[in-house]
Amino acid sequence: MTDASDVEGLLRAVAPRALGALVRRRGDFEDAEDAMQEALLVAATEWQVTGPPHDPTAWLVRVADRRLIDSWRSSSSRRRREESLAFDPDPGPTPTRDDSLELLFLCCHPSLPLPSQLALTLRAVGGLTTDQIAHGFLVPSATIGQRISRAKATLRGARFELPAPADLPERVAAVAAVIYLIFTEGHTASSGASLDRVDLADEAVRLGRLLLALVQAHPMLTRQEGEVAGLLALMLLTHSRRAARTGRDGELVVLADQDRRLWDRALIDEGVTLITGALSAAPLGPYQLQAAIAAVHAEAATAGDTDWREILGLYDLLVSWAPSPMTRLNRVVALAMVDGPAAGLLALDTAATDPTLIDHHRTHAVRAHFLESVGDTSGARAEYELAARLTHSIPERRHLLARAARLA
Amino acid sequence: MKYLILIHQNFGAREQFASFTPTMQASALAAYQKLNADLVASGEYVSGEALDADTSATVVRGSEGTYVHTDGPFAETKEMLAGFYLVDVASRERAIEIAERIPEVAAGAAAIEVRPVLTYDWPEQ
Repeated sequence: MTDASDVEGLLRAVAPRALGALVRRRGDFEDAEDAMQEALLVAATEWQVTGPPHDPTAWLVRVADRRLIDSWRSSSSRRRREESLAFDPDPGPTPTRDDSLELLFLCCHPSLPLPSQLALTLRAVGGLTTDQIAHGFLVPSATIGQRISRAKATLRGARFELPAPADLPERVAAVAAVIYLIFTEGHTASSGASLDRVDLADEAVRLGRLLLALVQAHPMLTRQEGEVAGLLALMLLTHSRRAARTGRDGELVVLADQDRRLWDRALIDEGVTLITGALSAAPLGPYQLQAAIAAVHAEAATAGDTDWREILGLYDLLVSWAPSPMTRLNRVVALAMVDGPAAGLLALDTAATDPTLIDHHRTHAVRAHFLESVGDTSGARAEYELAARLTHSIPERRHLLARAARLA
Repeated sequence: MKYLILIHQNFGAREQFASFTPTMQASALAAYQKLNADLVASGEYVSGEALDADTSATVVRGSEGTYVHTDGPFAETKEMLAGFYLVDVASRERAIEIAERIPEVAAGAAAIEVRPVLTYDWPEQ
């Protein structure tokens, strides 16, 4: 007997390579992906009894290939495909070629809507079942199933190969964006935490490691390495604070109030090493800057030790690289930590003219915090209450109302 | 992001619908079927139901030990909650787009309420 979680870990590790080999061999992503899902299910039960085979990837390719051929033989499109089945019916040992990168590019194809890219990546590359993905996103299985089957239909005819060199940076960025979205989805979702719920943040870290390894192994992707390393570092550093983010009663604990002894030092060390290496070697980018900011926080022994001047400098760079409204707002917070809350209030008034920020709960929570710091308690209370009304997050609402109540 | 799309029909809209010709009724139902099929196909559909008339409701009030059950509408209003969709969409704009496709809207027979679902999540910063 082999432990179920060992089998699952092994399966998930070899799944992208096995699927890549099958798609390369038979050329039909849609059917190959279905066949591989079936093979993974068979393996999950069988390997627990027999132990994993000598060459797990080859085993999966062989079983999935047989299923694929069976399904083709029984389908109406039989004649069309008979030619490709006529020879070489049994794939040999593990193919030396690794097509995981091609697979990632296909799943994060620009013709697919983002939610479908997330679901397809988790299934085809992450090796998760539709049910596990649905659990992760807290939606019905049928919804995820539809996203996946529709995405596969859209990809019919898409070529299974690396994009043209000119498109590579953009396509790597698209894969990184999907992985980061999976991470933020998993990082924020705290409801429905149950034993059978797949942790999407862990999944994203796994995919981030895979992407980094693939990019590092590819001679044409050297310039993308820094941002991919930055992405992984950002996820690791954010993930390291997980245990400290929630209080005993499930309430939100903001960064300044977190018990830093609960931070995961191993993840921090790994993240800091990664980001330090990337910053010194690669072209700069938004993921690296965000990871660098997270690293500055991680290296402060107490909240009071935080090097806000360094963080403000990084935010200045980040705003010039990727001027999103949230980045501007975060920069204002850093500015207030350096120059004081009065300066923060002034900068906030300028930043808050942005249409997405004007009614955003974060804007009002930040203003409340500044007003509280300058001693305007009634103004602060009103802003906390307004922020509480605007957020859709119950723990955050509770937190903001508690801040307001403290000023009453 | 999940949104609940609530269909508040004008008072008497169902009676009005019943008085339509079969062709008109069929085209309205076809519009609903198309909307449902599109939402399922896009993977945005989470659930949705039509509700029986508010006169069929039972309202439960009170506290433990002293529950009072009243038959009839929850509140006397000019509209009636006639059905709902729960969708999982990329943005509020998309939820509103879906709301605009509900056949009663074009017919002027309903007001649609689009409500974000509260979550137990919280943002990082």
